[in-house]
This record gives sequence, structure tokens and C-alpha cells, in this order.
Amino acid sequence: MGRYLLRRLVMMVPVLLGTTFIIYAAVFALPGDPVQALAGPNTVVTEAFRNAVDQKYHLNDPFLLQYWHYLVGLTHGDFGIDLNNVEVSSIISASLPVTATLALTTWVLEALAGVGLGIVAAMRAGKTTDYAILGGSIVVLGVPYFIIAYVAQIAVGVWLGWLPASGTADGWPASYLLPAACLALFGLPEISRLTRASVLENLHAGYVDTAATKGLGPSRTLFRHVVRNSLIPVTSMLGVNLGLLLSGTILIEGIFNLPGLGYQIFQGVQQHNGPVVVGISTLLVLIFLLVNLAVDVVYGALDPRIRLA
Amino acid sequence: MPSPEASGALAVPPAEATAPARTTAVRRLLARPRFTIPFAVVLLVCTMAAFPSSFSGWFGHGDPHACTLADSGRGPTAGHPFGFDIQGCDLYANVVYGARNSITIGLLTTACTLVVAVTLGALAGYFGGVVDMVISRVMDVFFGFPTLIGMIVVLGTFPVHSVLSVALVLTLFSWTILTRVMRSSVLANKNLAYIAAARGIGAGPFRILLRHVLPNSLAPTAVLASLNIGAVITAESALTFLGVGLKSPSISWGVQLNTAQQYFTTNFTLLLFPSLFLTVTVLAFVLLGDFLRDEFDPEAG
Repeated sequence: MGRYLLRRLVMMVPVLLGTTFIIYAAVFALPGDPVQALAGPNTVVTEAFRNAVDQKYHLNDPFLLQYWHYLVGLTHGDFGIDLNNVEVSSIISASLPVTATLALTTWVLEALAGVGLGIVAAMRAGKTTDYAILGGSIVVLGVPYFIIAYVAQIAVGVWLGWLPASGTADGWPASYLLPAACLALFGLPEISRLTRASVLENLHAGYVDTAATKGLGPSRTLFRHVVRNSLIPVTSMLGVNLGLLLSGTILIEGIFNLPGLGYQIFQGVQQHNGPVVVGISTLLVLIFLLVNLAVDVVYGALDPRIRLA
Repeated sequence: MPSPEASGALAVPPAEATAPARTTAVRRLLARPRFTIPFAVVLLVCTMAAFPSSFSGWFGHGDPHACTLADSGRGPTAGHPFGFDIQGCDLYANVVYGARNSITIGLLTTACTLVVAVTLGALAGYFGGVVDMVISRVMDVFFGFPTLIGMIVVLGTFPVHSVLSVALVLTLFSWTILTRVMRSSVLANKNLAYIAAARGIGAGPFRILLRHVLPNSLAPTAVLASLNIGAVITAESALTFLGVGLKSPSISWGVQLNTAQQYFTTNFTLLLFPSLFLTVTVLAFVLLGDFLRDEFDPEAG
């Protein structure tokens, strides 16, 4: 187990290097003069100031050396300073809780609804309920989810006024429920379809007959045996989805005006604020990789047949 | 009527012998609503994208650029069934013309993705070793990327936001899954007996790859690619909606939705009609792809 973890962590290094390099290179290519941006658009930049800034941020060094300085900073949690002279790490610590709350709320909603609908669909396989759930998930899959989010914002937030339409003023859960529900719809069809297929497959397994022969009631068989076994592939899918959610939050945070990581990264691109973009994307990639590793470890714990080696 | 099977079993060349079988297959396909309905919608939308002018004029005002600011945001009236947009242009004509860019990007991106995936997947799968390692590690890097963020960052650095540049960026972030599928089907095929036979009679590696391995490994990738078109169209509209994709005066559903987000509380039609067209199009492509996957690649479903 320890060796497996170590190997996976080592394998993460090239991926992390590759991604940060791509982002860093892309942002480096952004047109514009960072020194002028730092000073403000209407200030005349003096030669002394320019030299001081160039010196401080290594702006005159070759590109690869700059990237190296950035990496060294990262290893001790230094994400650099953005063009408004704010530490990127303070922007991150202010917006990370918003994104984490949104992502986790979404994830719980998605897991509960997806697994629930999947089990119901499997129990009613071939009947109207099953087809209704299938039809619903195809529609959700086909409708771009930012449109769903917009319609939900207008209908639930503005017309009905049940939940706040935007912002985080009402705190958790009120402000997060609507955006989380919209985001959850994005991964819901996959989860419910996978759960349905998995439960159906397990319902015909030999151990179900054994349990019935022993005299176990149908609901006990279902929940103690079938569901437990069916959830193994679903767990892996849920884990991958948690990683994807972090990226999906960017649209939802934009629509619902939640000041999270996605919102900041988007603002950063708009304002050519390179350090914010590079810092937050690096963090998101790191979280994504760690989540995937955690999923694989949990996967092994759930299913003793899987050997992590 | 003489049976073609009985009379032509030996004498008729294979092409003619399979012709009746092919027409019954087509007829059977056309009898399935799961195929015909999405296929008809896809055909309609593609025709609309190719010849928008012959659709936009149905209500008498076919020019999407004929605008009167006095009509800004007006609701539906006679001759203008969808009303007017913020610039006072006929919304129906604009929505019809919007099909072109969305469909072009969807098809262009999928075509580019397919070319990249087939090439890299075949090379990685067939040659293995260093080639495979390099391609697989690059794939890992792109898998480790939250896609939307990557696309926003890269598009943010582009000076021009044309159909071509948006399609290229979408390709950059969607080639990995198809490449992985292609690689594994090449891997599965390359150890089969017919490849060994081809090698035995002296065929070189590229001849084997192009004439034998590729044709037999393409199906799963191609089917998955058809499922991809809907996702690409959605991604394009999402990027444009966020303001990093196509920009006005380009006409696209994403651009219309991007404008609508400021006015939707007062002019709901601005949001409604582009969304409706976009949704129906994406749904049709997804359903068609889903059907093709179930038919031709039962294992993947």
C-alpha cells in the first residue's frame, strides 16, 4: 500500500510539471506589459521602477529560468503576487472555501440522487418509471447545462423567489443549493445509468439466489448485498466526477456570481492577470490528481478483490 | 419474382449480390424512430447551416443584418415570429444564421479530433515502446487538465477568435479520449492471426498498419466521435457564452446567449429561442450518436 501510494505520487510529478508548463507558457504568451499593468494604466513608468520590478519578478531572465523560479516558489506554497499587488495565495484562500462548498454540496446531491434514481430504475426495469428516468437523463445530457442553470436562476430565483438568485450573501445552504443542483444535473445521468446497469447485473448474480434461499427478505437482500456490490464501479465514477466538478464550477460560479476559484480564474483571464490564472489552475490540477488518487485508494478499500500494487 | 439469392449465388459478383441485403438494412434502419427522428433533425439543422438564406426568409425578413434600433428588444409581431434582438434585428433570421457557426465548429472539431486520434492512437498502439510512452504521457498531461479551464486559458491568449481558432482549441482538449480508444483497439487487433499472416507474406509495417490494422480498428473510435459532436457544440456555446469564444459581429447561438445574459429578466425571448435551437440540435446529435454506439459497438454501452 505504501509503495503503491509512493509510486502514484511519483507518477504525478511529470503530469504536474507538464500541466503547469503548458499553462505558464500560454499565459507567458499573453500580450501586454506586466510592469505597466502593475503600475496602473495612467502612470508613467520610470526606468528605476521598471528595473526594480524586473529584478524582483525575474522578468529579464529567460523564460525557462522564470518558470524554474516559479516552481521553486510553489514548493513552499508561494504562488507569487498578482498584478494588483495582492498575494495570489490570499486570493486562493479567500475563494477556495466557496468552490469547495459548492463542489461538495453538488457532489452529495449528485451521489444521493444518482444512486437513488439508478436503484429505482433497476428495480422497475422495463417499466414506465425506468423509461421516464432514462428519458429524463437523455434530456439532461442533451441540454447544455449553462442553459439549465439560466432557466433555473430565472424560474426558481427570480420568478418564484424560493432561493437566492445570485451571490453568497445568504451563506450555506440557501445560497449554494440552486447552483449545486444545476451543477449536479451535469453528472447525474451518468451516475444513475451506471448504477442501474450495475444493480441489474448484480440482481442476477448467484449470491442473490443464495440470500433468498437462506430466507432473506427482498429489501434486505437488495440493500445488504446487491447495492453494496453494485456501488463499486459507481464510486470510481463519483470520484472522477468530483475532479470534473471543480472545472464545471467555473460556469456556474459565473452565472450565480459566486466568488470562487473558477470566478477568479475567469476574471484573471479577462484582465490578463497571469499570476492568478497560473496559480489557480496549478492548484486545480493538483486537487484533481489528488482526488483521483484518493478514489483509487477508497476503491481498493471497498473491494477486497482489488489489489493495489 | 425470381429470388436473387438463388439465381446469383455463383454468377453474380459480390457487389450486386449484397445490394438487396443493403436496401433491406436501410429500410429496417428507417423503420426505427430512435434513428429517424434525430437523423431528420440533424439533416434539417445541417441544411439550415449550409443554406441559411432559404430558411430565414420564411416570414419575409430574411436578412440578419437588417436592423432598426427603434425595434430593440421588441416582442414577437407579424412577420417577426421571434421578435427583435437588442440591436433591433430580426431574431428569427439571426437564430437561423446562428446554426452555421455552431455546426461548422462541431463538425470541424470532430474531424480534426478524429484525424489526430486515429494517427496518434495507431502509432502508439502499433509501434509501442518509446512512441507509445511519449504519446501516453502527453495524454496523461491533458487528462490531468480541467478541460474548460484549459480552453479558457488558451483561448484567452489567442488574438483572433474565429471559427478556426475556436475549433483548434476545442480539438486540443478533446483528442485524448478518442486517442485512447483508438490505441486500445489497435492493440487488440495487432496480435491477431491475419496480421501475422500479412507479415508472413512480407508486408512492411506501414502497409500492414494502413491496409489491415486501421480499417479493422476504426469502428469504435468513429462511433464515439459521432457522440462527440453534441458535446463540442455545447462546449463552443459555453466558451462563447463566457466571452472567450466567437465574438460579435459573428452570428452564433453562443454569441446570442452571451448578449441575452444582460437582458434576460426583461426580454426572455432573447434567451429562449437561441437556447431552444441549441438544445434541439445538441439533443439530436447526442441521440444519433447514442443510437450508433448501441448498434455498432455494443460493448462500449
